[in-house]
Amino acid sequence: MLISTLPRREFLKAAGSLIVTFSFAGLLPRAASAADAAKTVALDQVDGFLSIGADGAVTVYSGKVDLGTGVRTALTQIVADELDVPLDTVSVVQGDTSVTPDQGPTYGSLSIQIGGMQIRQAAATARAALVSEAAKRLSVAEDQLATRDGAVVAKGAVDRIAYGEIVGGKSFELKVDAKAPAKDPANYRVVGQSVARLDIPAKVTGEFTYMQDFVLPGMLHARVVRPAAMRADLLSYDDSAAQHITGFVRTVRQGNFLAVVAKTEWAAIKASGALKTEWSKWDGLPEENQLWAYVRATKINHSDVLQTVGNTAEAAQAAPRKLSATYDFAIHTHGSIGPSCAVAQWQDGKLTCWTASQATHLLRKQLALMFGVPLEDVRCIYIDGSGCYGRNGHEDAAADAALIAKAMGGPVRVQWMRADEHGWDPKGPPTLIDYRAAIDASGNVIAWESEVFIPDAPKTIQVALVAAELAGQPTDASHPGNIQQALAIPYTFPNIKATAHRLAETPFRPSWIRTPGRMQNTFGNETFMDELARAVGADPIDFRVRHLNDPRGVELLQRLATLANWQPRPARSPGTGAIVSGRGVAFVKYELVRTYVGAVADVEVDRKTGRIRATRFAIAHDCGQIINPDGLRNQIEGNVIQTVSRTLIEDLKFDRSTVTSLDWASYPILSFPDVPDVVIELIDRPREKPWGAGEPTAAVVPAAISNAVFDAIGVRLRSVPFVPEKVLAGMNTA
Amino acid sequence: MKITLNVNDKTSIVEVDDPQMPLLYALRNDLGLHGPRFGCGLGQCGACTVLIDGNAVRSCLLPVGSVGDAKVTTLEGLGSSTHPHPLQKAFIEEQAVQCGYCINGMIMQAKALLDTNQHPSDDEIKRALAGNLCRCGTHVRIVRAVKRATQML
Repeated sequence: MLISTLPRREFLKAAGSLIVTFSFAGLLPRAASAADAAKTVALDQVDGFLSIGADGAVTVYSGKVDLGTGVRTALTQIVADELDVPLDTVSVVQGDTSVTPDQGPTYGSLSIQIGGMQIRQAAATARAALVSEAAKRLSVAEDQLATRDGAVVAKGAVDRIAYGEIVGGKSFELKVDAKAPAKDPANYRVVGQSVARLDIPAKVTGEFTYMQDFVLPGMLHARVVRPAAMRADLLSYDDSAAQHITGFVRTVRQGNFLAVVAKTEWAAIKASGALKTEWSKWDGLPEENQLWAYVRATKINHSDVLQTVGNTAEAAQAAPRKLSATYDFAIHTHGSIGPSCAVAQWQDGKLTCWTASQATHLLRKQLALMFGVPLEDVRCIYIDGSGCYGRNGHEDAAADAALIAKAMGGPVRVQWMRADEHGWDPKGPPTLIDYRAAIDASGNVIAWESEVFIPDAPKTIQVALVAAELAGQPTDASHPGNIQQALAIPYTFPNIKATAHRLAETPFRPSWIRTPGRMQNTFGNETFMDELARAVGADPIDFRVRHLNDPRGVELLQRLATLANWQPRPARSPGTGAIVSGRGVAFVKYELVRTYVGAVADVEVDRKTGRIRATRFAIAHDCGQIINPDGLRNQIEGNVIQTVSRTLIEDLKFDRSTVTSLDWASYPILSFPDVPDVVIELIDRPREKPWGAGEPTAAVVPAAISNAVFDAIGVRLRSVPFVPEKVLAGMNTA
Repeated sequence: MKITLNVNDKTSIVEVDDPQMPLLYALRNDLGLHGPRFGCGLGQCGACTVLIDGNAVRSCLLPVGSVGDAKVTTLEGLGSSTHPHPLQKAFIEEQAVQCGYCINGMIMQAKALLDTNQHPSDDEIKRALAGNLCRCGTHVRIVRAVKRATQML
């Protein structure tokens, strides 16, 4: 039912004028409006997701946000196609808790798969309602009507009624209908096309407004001063030197939370350096070089069996051959190029926070808890930030800003410095995995067991706010994300057991970083698969194909083999030259239920220095229906390159008190000369569901490299990162 | 104190408390030029890169008081979305952006390269950009974009 017969809502009268468009519609921060409070954010209402102005302009309200992945453009395509409106009439409002539905955090490769499909269904419902209303107005049967260019048109006639005429400035007052017919993929105009990303022109010319660029009138600048040791207490501070800095306003302290506030950014930076502080001693971190012994010795809260097939213990008992191996994966930081930033303002006891958070609705709940205010008194508004690749420091900067702004009265901007980002963003936890397998007399793998040691997960997926912890304000315990995922395997071994041991503690606030757990677990699974293939003298692609009862997975591996010009390679003698090349394969069916990815890595290993270069990746990728092929390629390339960096180089350093990787020199990442070529085959299935693509490719990269190194020099790398020392050590013991 | 700067072929006067303040903050906060971005404040990532008399310089380290009458060029000085510079056009055509936070540095560093070497090889481009960090992994597109720009200049 359309609302044409219902009274107009005040806020939608002005729908066309609510959006502040500046030069790029929907790209710049949207001005908050008092009328926003009237807009529904219900997940089951068309009005939650969509509005159509009198001029036909379509506004999409998305709880999922564009983290630099192209989601804004993809959502625009989905809605433009489903509603049959021109692309340039669609704008997207993202992650504003007052006006966008809570579609969950932007994580887990779910923005299109879940968020986009909720929005598509809202659009399909809206389109059906528009046709139905037009049928009444035109006195034509619905099946004689079609939609085109933002209007309902009568087939074979000139009758036409624009959407703006039907619903413009009014709400739909309509539940999202799960059965509303979505468009036949054969009729897509823009879905499946490489539409140019809407944000790129502004991003390459300095016209784009990032979170870091956002200002409010009268805004003050703050810098946080973190404890010298992670859980040290602040014994005293002296800001007498800071007070001589022009522009310095004051120091804000609550418990162990300490910050300086100034009129200018530079004065705040100088003041943070001028502050004299005395902290208590704390040395509760494990010895870095004993990290894996520490993980193994950590108390197990509970153990969860994630996959059981047959009985591994029984099968292994009489087996003539057994293999076992232990894998570990280092602690990683998100490494956003732009350190986290937020602006907060309290007015009449209500908090507004501008943030680059991937999860504004969740942040809102966390801030309400932290300050003991009702949820409705907190509003979080997303503004694009530097890429975060998971839950980095954006939310913590927001809590910092909110805490300082509460003390100051006016709006406050907090910009983390580089050392804050490297030192204090939550970390991808250290991961340890044990594997065991049994092989029968005929060379068949008859048992597979895996046991991963990972931090325990409290009820809610969230990371505690640093400011709340330091200031002694309430905040819930940290959850590492669904990092048990992807330990279960897609292969048809007759006996399988995969177990996650949940540990009582972990050195740093645990968090999710791109492909959380799935990367670590797939590294172990797919490298151990390679060990088994070698053990039975099988070609590693053939070995996988033989153990897949999944035509889609088999097709992907076959297409990957063709793309990579794969030649069968059972075990071979290690190379002996100065620089030896090798190639390795890895495969994942993401979480066993969605996106398929296969990778072939080509590497060169310098036998003298132990240095590995990943020179080329071939990727076959099947995520079902593709919304934007070039956007997808961009994501796949990014997954490969970022994960080559994590696999070869990245390793968080720390002493007993705190993180010592505080800049790009102490935590280097891959740079241009070491970047591999990436060759991609996209398998498009327009009639299948669109699955996620932000993470799955990253899962296969570490194992593909490890397997390629073994192919080259016969050294099995089971510890990420694959730094030269580990390669040399492996060659010495081989 | 007042400092006169020549930015993007215009004379601008900024009022600063401290001539040691890095140029980056004068550009971003006093002149509203958001092309150059804060990434590390240590000269390690390149997000803040501007051209000073044609040379690529990390504006997060350069004291504003030491710029003198040198010509400062920022990303905004190259072109706009309606009139993009060939490098900006090439980055759009190659879709060589993910989050885009580092892209200012990529374009400004590439500008300095192309001003001295109009037809760099892929390896020369990679070497020139070796001090510019990208976390999204947009590198292969960035190299393609710089290469494409050489055909448009």
